[in-house]
Formats: sequence, structure tokens, C-alpha cells
Amino acid sequence: MTHPTDHDTVPTRPLMNQPRLSMRMRSAVWVWTFLAVPLVFYVVIRFYPTFNAFWLSLTDWDLMSDAEFIGLENYRDMFADDDFWKTFWNTFEYLIYGTPTSLVIAFVIAYYLDKVRFAHNFLRALYFMPYITTAAAMAWVWRWFYQPAPTGLINGVLGEAGIGQIEFLKSTTWALPSIMVTAIWAGLGFQIIIFMAGLRAIPDTYYEAARMDGLGEWAILRKITLPLLKPTMVFLVVFISIAFLRIFDQVYNMTTNDPGGPLGSTEPLVLMIYQTAFSSYDMGQAAAQTVVLFTILLVVSLLQLWVLRERT
Amino acid sequence: MTRLHLLAGASALACFAGSAQAVEIDYWQYIYDTRVEAMDQLIAAFEEANPDITVNQVTFPYADYQTRIVAANMAGQGPDVMQLFYGWADKFIEGGLIQPLPEDVFPPEQIEEEFFPIVSAMSRDGQYYGLPTAVRSLALFWNKDLFAEAGIEGPPETLDELVEIGQQLTQTNDAGNFEVVGMTLDMAGQDHQWWREVLVRQMGGEPYSEDYSEVTYDDEAGTEALQFYTDLATVHGIGTPGFMDEGQAAFRAGRAAMTIDGTFRLGSFSSIEDFEWGVAELPANAEGVQSNYASYFANAIGSGAEGEEYDAAVKFLEYISSEEAMAVWLDVVGELPARRAAAMTDENMADPIYGPFLAALPYAHTTLFVDEAAQRQVAIDMTNRVLLEGQSPEDSIAEAAEEEQEIIDDARD
Repeated sequence: MTHPTDHDTVPTRPLMNQPRLSMRMRSAVWVWTFLAVPLVFYVVIRFYPTFNAFWLSLTDWDLMSDAEFIGLENYRDMFADDDFWKTFWNTFEYLIYGTPTSLVIAFVIAYYLDKVRFAHNFLRALYFMPYITTAAAMAWVWRWFYQPAPTGLINGVLGEAGIGQIEFLKSTTWALPSIMVTAIWAGLGFQIIIFMAGLRAIPDTYYEAARMDGLGEWAILRKITLPLLKPTMVFLVVFISIAFLRIFDQVYNMTTNDPGGPLGSTEPLVLMIYQTAFSSYDMGQAAAQTVVLFTILLVVSLLQLWVLRERT
Repeated sequence: MTRLHLLAGASALACFAGSAQAVEIDYWQYIYDTRVEAMDQLIAAFEEANPDITVNQVTFPYADYQTRIVAANMAGQGPDVMQLFYGWADKFIEGGLIQPLPEDVFPPEQIEEEFFPIVSAMSRDGQYYGLPTAVRSLALFWNKDLFAEAGIEGPPETLDELVEIGQQLTQTNDAGNFEVVGMTLDMAGQDHQWWREVLVRQMGGEPYSEDYSEVTYDDEAGTEALQFYTDLATVHGIGTPGFMDEGQAAFRAGRAAMTIDGTFRLGSFSSIEDFEWGVAELPANAEGVQSNYASYFANAIGSGAEGEEYDAAVKFLEYISSEEAMAVWLDVVGELPARRAAAMTDENMADPIYGPFLAALPYAHTTLFVDEAAQRQVAIDMTNRVLLEGQSPEDSIAEAAEEEQEIIDDARD
């Protein structure tokens, strides 16, 4: 393999007429030319709409007529609305229960899976499978699992055993945990892989030294494994939290007949935004809700980075 | 130089002459196989009769449909003729997406005489903004096999019979779980329409003021209607919300003896092979009062249509609102003709499937929704508060009325 270099005579000739650029400059131009593509894309497709949402949240735009500036009215309406607060707390319920549960389960599985040699790759693939499955398809399968007998698998088994029915998705108490379970299960595969990569990155010599010094497994876990996994955990906590704050697919697909129901008990913020925008066409209000979600995401992420920061 | 001028002039002339001879208009509707096919047939027949007009049918998925129309209109590329749900009329008129129909071609008195009364939902201040080709109504679907098994001859004609027959048809297993429900209870399906426009009226109430600006079901009649509905589950035990996920799924699976659904369900139920089913008018109350909910997609002229395109659009709208077009629509899509003369033929009325739907049209009501999804949600929550949280029907209906009034007020101001 030979690469063309600046010693090559052929490409330098046409360049003679152009203003002379140093090698550094030329490579900088190339770098920025390539970087410009995703940059322009991000600015037009991501940043512009994001900033536009802030402006829209101060208007009464309903798609049909021109947007009119109405100040903070959307925010006042939103904060005075009980449904908004219910949705707000629902979102935090997903976050507060979902994140630690996911983290603990993923760590336990990764910790033991790391020790298993038999069918290791197969098991790992099995755990990863839900993560690459379409969320909507998975939600519908779970939705049928949760049905009352005779269609619901779980209730069918309970019925056979002579135990009463559990009204999973039809109960204001159980619907949210039922949906959260599927979301936790769906995310596990990815978290396990990340944890395992973190575990593998810890040098074996640490463990060997600890064992020679006579440390027990529990102490090794507490003194070596967990502290050294901290960067992995910071990443996962932020990642999982954001995923739970943005939960939508599972909820929407499992409750399409009564979106976010029953009685709004499973509705997260994103679903509320979606309905306000694309069912009621109240774009201004939806933008205001989006700004709130944006702020929450920002605050939660910064807070976690600060709490779990490296103390040196 | 002069030659070039000449050429340019000639080609401009040719263009002009071309457009005078052949007008092209765009017709928009959402994607639904049979509807698209029916429209293709209608366009072919129309173009044959009007060789100088070309109609392009443009379709979008239903979920995007409204957004597309709005976006196209903003860009000045809106359709000349479009289909819209009657419930969107206010928004479309306010947003300047559609224009009133010309009164010389579509005189309001004539429309009111020839069409079913529900078309008035497309009229604002005496001006009509669109006309439907076809309309939809509700009926009671019944599973003939399950009825025969239970030794019941025919579908219930009154609400009392509905309860009585429903109980006889319900089957539960040893654990007390439903095997077959007497009737599906699905507020998210069509039951909210049944409750609003049928049960409330049958209990002697009015769901809304005449112009639908005010919620009026928060009274004894409304409470009684809600009580009747929730009693079906709690007292009579002939069904439970969420059984088999959706009412129509339970009926399809042969696990529901009765379900209330609309004409639009005929296509999907026609593929049922495991059992025979029939259609009956919705049960009357003890005094024989009947009611129904009818809805439709209307065709309207886009506000961007001008000049020749406008004339062609009017002509096309006239054709797709004709009796001939309605016959094609009934044949291909299975939706009911919107004109009395095309609908109430002896053949149609005697049809065991279309008959009961058609019989309901003269007494059907059309709710003027401002936000159908949100208003449906109010009805779903109202029932759930009673069934899941044990709230009293009086309190639940008061809360529902307040919520729905707020939705209506927000949309109307």
C-alpha cells in the first residue's frame, strides 16, 4: 500500500496556481470541511428547533393560525394544571425507582456473568437481545402478557393455580410498576455489557494481590471492584436516568386505548407533550412542557455529574 | 433577437392555451385501501365525463394527514379538494384552509332537503363548508352462534333486554374469570359515543346545548346514564373494561356476544370465519326512544383554489357528492350514502347489514367535537373513576362536565 504524499509530483502541479497553504492549514481545511457536515446538520436539525421551542413556548401557536406572543401564559396554565403535576411526579417515579433497580440488577448479572465461562457468549447475547428489539413490538407482547385471563399469560397461570387476578395495566396502583418492569428489562442488556467492560478493565493483579493478602470476596468487591467501577457507574446512572426521564414508547404502546391511563397514572412528560402537540395541536403549550423537560434533564444530569464527581 | 422573442411569445401562448384546455387539480385524502380505490374509480369516471380536467389523488398516512394539510397550506401548496373529518371543520375554517361552497351550485336549502340532517355539522352561519360522500353510524353487532347456544332468538331491542340477554350470554370459569362476556365495555372504542349521544338522551337528558358550546350532561339523566353503563360491569356482571384488550378484539375472537361499533368495522369483521354475526339497531329505552351517533368525512374546497382550478374543484366536488358517487362508495368502501335518496332505497333498507345502520341515520346526532381525543379521554376517565376508584357517578359526572367544558371553552375562545 502506498499513500500519496506531498512528495508526489502529480497532485502538486495543479496546486501551483492556488495560494500556497501550509500542510497544517490544508489539513485544517479538510478537517473542518468534513466536520462542517455534521455541524450544519446539528445546527439546523437540532439546535435551531431547540431554541425555537423556547420561543414557541411563549406563543399560542396551534399550527393553523399565526403564532402570537402571549408571554408566560402557557407556563402559568401548566403549573396550575393538576394533570401536569401528576405527570411530573409520574416521570420522577420512573426515574427514582427505575434507575437504582436497573443499576443493581445489571451489576449483579454482569458480576456473575463475568465469572461464568460456560456458554458465556450465548448468555451475554441472550441478555442483550431485548435491547436490540423494537420497543414498540416488545411493549405489545408485554401488553398481552398483562391482560386478564383468558388472553393474558400471567393471569392465565395465576387462574390455573386458583389465585386471583392481578389487574396489571387496568389498575391505578400497578400500571406504572408493570410498565416500568418492561422498561428495566429492555435496558438491561446494554447496561450489562457496559458493566462487564468495566469489570474487565480492572487489572487482575489487584485481585491477585488482594487474595494473597487474605481479603475475602466481599471485601474485594467493596474495596476494589466497586470503587474502580465508579466511572462506569457515573456513565450508566446518567444514561439510565435520561432514558427514564424520556420514557415514552413502552407507555404509549401499552396504553394506546387510554394513553397514559388509567386515570393518567402512567403518563410521563414526553407522552403529555406528544398529546398536547399532535392530538390537541396546542404547540405553544407543548413547547412550554418541552422546556420544562429540557430543564429537568439538564439539572438532573448536572446534579449527578456533580454528586458522582471524582474526588481527588 | 426578434426570433427569440417570437419563440418565447409562442411558447408562452402555448402554455396558456394548454392550461385553458387542461386543468389539473389535487385531491387529498388519507390512506385507507378501499377509500383510495373508490376514489380512483370516481376520478376515472369524472375524467371521462370532463376530459379537460385531470384530478391527482394524493394520499398520506392518517397520523400525518392534518399536519400535512397545514404545512402545505402555509407553503401555498394546499390541495384544491380535500377530505376532512367533520370535527376538524372549526379549526380548518379558522385556519383559512377551506372556503365556503358556492351557494349557486350547492344551495343550502337543497342540501338540507336531500342529505341527512347530520350534514349541518359542516355549516357555519348558514354557509356550508363541505359535503360528505358517505356517513357512518353505530349498531349492535351480535354473535349468532353464541345466541343460538344460549337459546336466545334475536338481539335485544330495549336496554332492559340488553341487560337480561347479556347476563344469559356471559360465561365464566371456575376461578370466576370471564370466558365470554355478554357485551364488551370499551369507552375508548365507540362506547363513549354511545354514552354521550344515546344513553344520556334515552335517560331523558341532553348531553350538550344545541350548538355544543355547553356541556349539559351534569344532571340526573347523565348520572343515570353513567350508572347504567357502569352497572353493566359492577352489578350485572356482563362484561369488564379491557377484556381481551379491546372490545372489537373480543368480538372477533368469539369471546363477546355483543359489541357496539360503527360501519367502519364492517370491513374488519367481514373476515370472521369462525362464527356467524348479525347487526341490529342500538336498543331503545323502555319508552321506545332511540338515538345514534353518526359521523363522516366531508369533502371541501381548499382556500388556495382560484380561477379555473376553483371551477374544476367545484365540478369535482359536485360529482363526488352525487348519488352515483355514493353508490360506488357504498359498494367499494361499505360506507353509507349521505343522501337520503341514495341511502334509503328498498334494496339498502332490506340489507341485513346496512339496514340497521341506515335506519339510524334519520334520528342520529353528530357531536360537534372541538378535540375528539381529549373529549373521549374525559369519558374514559369518568368511567374509570367509578370503576377503579369507587367514586360516585354524581361526583364523577360533575368532574367530567367541568373538564370537558374547559376543553370546549379553551378551543372556542
